[in-house]
Amino acid sequence: MSRTIACHECDLLHRIGDMPQGASARCVRCGALLYRKKNNSLDRTLAFALTGMMLFILSNTFPFLAFKIEAQVQQTILLTGIRTLFDQGMRTVAVLVLFTIIIVPFLQMAGLLYLLLPLKFDRLPPGLPQVFRFVRWLQPWSMMEVFMLGILVAMVKLMKMATIVPGVAVFSFLALIFIIAAMTAALDHHQVWEKWDELR
Amino acid sequence: MTFIQKTSLNHGLISCHSCHLLCRRNSSAGIMRCPRCGAGMHLRKPYSIQRTWALIISALVFYVPANVLPITTVISLGKAQSDTIMSGVIYFIRTGMWPIALVIFIASVFVPVLKLLILILLLISVQRKSAWRSKDRTRLYRITELVGRWSMVDIFVVTILVALVNLGAMATIHAGPAAFYFSAVVVITMFAAMSFDPRLIWDTEASSHG
Ligand SMILES: [Zn+2]
Ligand SMILES: [Zn+2]
Repeated sequence: MSRTIACHECDLLHRIGDMPQGASARCVRCGALLYRKKNNSLDRTLAFALTGMMLFILSNTFPFLAFKIEAQVQQTILLTGIRTLFDQGMRTVAVLVLFTIIIVPFLQMAGLLYLLLPLKFDRLPPGLPQVFRFVRWLQPWSMMEVFMLGILVAMVKLMKMATIVPGVAVFSFLALIFIIAAMTAALDHHQVWEKWDELR
Repeated sequence: MTFIQKTSLNHGLISCHSCHLLCRRNSSAGIMRCPRCGAGMHLRKPYSIQRTWALIISALVFYVPANVLPITTVISLGKAQSDTIMSGVIYFIRTGMWPIALVIFIASVFVPVLKLLILILLLISVQRKSAWRSKDRTRLYRITELVGRWSMVDIFVVTILVALVNLGAMATIHAGPAAFYFSAVVVITMFAAMSFDPRLIWDTEASSHG
């Protein structure tokens, strides 16, 4: 089956024929990635989304970082910083942090579960185009890996002042970053639209 | 893969932004909707140049208070000490923590400025209908899309610091007003990169080659 698509970065038209699994097509003019054919894309994405959800729950409930200075211990969870910012009157910043490290990753995983679970059993989830468009729109706003770098910087900054003890949530958060990256990489958008064309 | 030296623009076609379906352009007025995913279809992102300029200018305006005002204030045993983004970097250099100084400097100072400069360069070159190194300019655009998010790192550091250093009278860290202005710069420049349409770079090339 061959189809014509326009490069999303320079608008050049390309005809893409059948490609082997794992092969990718690049724009001959600007080099943009046009399409990559992925193996068992929908099943793998679904598996990563399920694993991610479990790690997400761990990351948000277990202790995150503890701060020990002499006899005093300050124990925190992932949400503590966001709440403190909110209490200090930095509401916009608090909401932005909440959005980029908690709400967006959650909605990405929940959205994909909502779409891919029914599709696996050849059923159409209501509102597929809108939900799928929304999940794709969220993509640039997921910033967990940037937050991880922030954890490292903060730990080094406080090193001389106190002892920082990372809790379970730090490690599950780190694992979640890799799972979400794998989930995003496994998803073949084209296969979702193919299913939609086939089932509706 | 065969290659047709034509674009959807000069072929009466239109490509969906959201699902990449290619359709025949219909000439009737009004917004066309994608027959597959229902997204509004535009040949190019609407008002791309005007929007991107407006967002760049607002980001530049916010960039000033983001760097002048304090981003954190440490209150320890009744004494308060405020830090700006730059004074934080200088503190890390003085205490010999070069890698951290470099991370904060690149993410908070260098990347936002670089991103705004690249977008300004792209806008001016598109407005002057330049056909100069289109492939490299597209690459520059991809870089701005990729690196913007990393500027948020200082905001996240502040989030973690206020959570941990919250020991009452002994030591407390408060977020300063620069945190607000700086996160505004990051969000606005991300929207600026999204509103720029890289296909504009290639449109002049297509018309000059006939
Ligand atoms: Zn291209
Ligand atoms: Zn579409």
